[in-house]
Amino acid sequence: MSGVKQLQAAPRTGWHVAEVVETRRETPSAARITLDVDGWPGNLAGQHLDVRLTAPDGYTATRSYSIASSGDGERVVLAVDRLPDGEVSPFLVDELRVGDRLEVHGPLGAFFVWRPPADGGTGRPVQLIAGGSGVVPLVAIARAHADAGDATPFRLLYSVRTPDEVFFADELETASRGPAPLAVEFVYTRRAPAGTDAPVGRITRERLAAGVIGADAAPVVYVCGSTGFVERVAGWLIELGHHQTAIRTERYGGT
Amino acid sequence: MQHFDGNLLAGPLADVFAFDPTGARARCNGCGAVAELATMLVYRSGAGSVARCRDCGAVLLSLVDGDGRMFVNFIGIGAIEIATTGRDDA
Repeated sequence: MSGVKQLQAAPRTGWHVAEVVETRRETPSAARITLDVDGWPGNLAGQHLDVRLTAPDGYTATRSYSIASSGDGERVVLAVDRLPDGEVSPFLVDELRVGDRLEVHGPLGAFFVWRPPADGGTGRPVQLIAGGSGVVPLVAIARAHADAGDATPFRLLYSVRTPDEVFFADELETASRGPAPLAVEFVYTRRAPAGTDAPVGRITRERLAAGVIGADAAPVVYVCGSTGFVERVAGWLIELGHHQTAIRTERYGGT
Repeated sequence: MQHFDGNLLAGPLADVFAFDPTGARARCNGCGAVAELATMLVYRSGAGSVARCRDCGAVLLSLVDGDGRMFVNFIGIGAIEIATTGRDDA
């Protein structure tokens, strides 16, 4: 296919064997898992992979997990929340050990991805909106933005139950202090940090309107969370004047 | 029934088509809306997945996986638009 121009083409997708090189507690219910993936072509910020587990009797279970890292190299970082009635996530969070091997399929996703502006200039502002563990691909995007020293204005609005359940707290703090503009704001739904008067409760249309880049600035908006969270937020965004084609959504699910 | 979205079909579709088409735009035969496959509403069961138009609910495609074969039916899609040169993400 010589002569066909492929600009910023996504890395090619395939099945790979991954070895666990580190696993540690991310939050009381989640683990951060670092994989060394043989033949991994690198991935874009926001992409995901499928993990396939095979039981001795041949039964297989496949689940999708967002990638918290991006760029070249064979290291891939996941953060997996344990779903109480899950089939795969309890194994990944509680049983997985360094040296274990997993089958992974990826990198996946051509829609919920972010690339730094190709010309090194400033792109449309970017608003990231996370519900719970839906923050994982948005962490990859925020870190890619920080690592690129990209001048595009970024904001992250992160709905989370309690301060203890914030994923990648240190990385977000570091990214927000770097030269790339990133403002991080939390919505605590059950308990706010001690000593603050931050309001506690689920996100509302008013809270959303106050916490995101306005439609007049024409931001690209990435929303990731549970199906209910994503659809509530995306509906409000449209009511607030954001255009449907400027809103990228990813509903997480599966156990 | 709980539903998800077309991002979830990136893996199964990439297995069939040798590339991940979830960033490609498709036209719904039901209402004419054009949107990326990733925006479809996806309903999963043991038999496979059914993807519906987010605007009108019409079935756009179904995937049935079993016994070493995958059946893909693009029943509600008139055309798919795939970027072959540089793409504008915004």
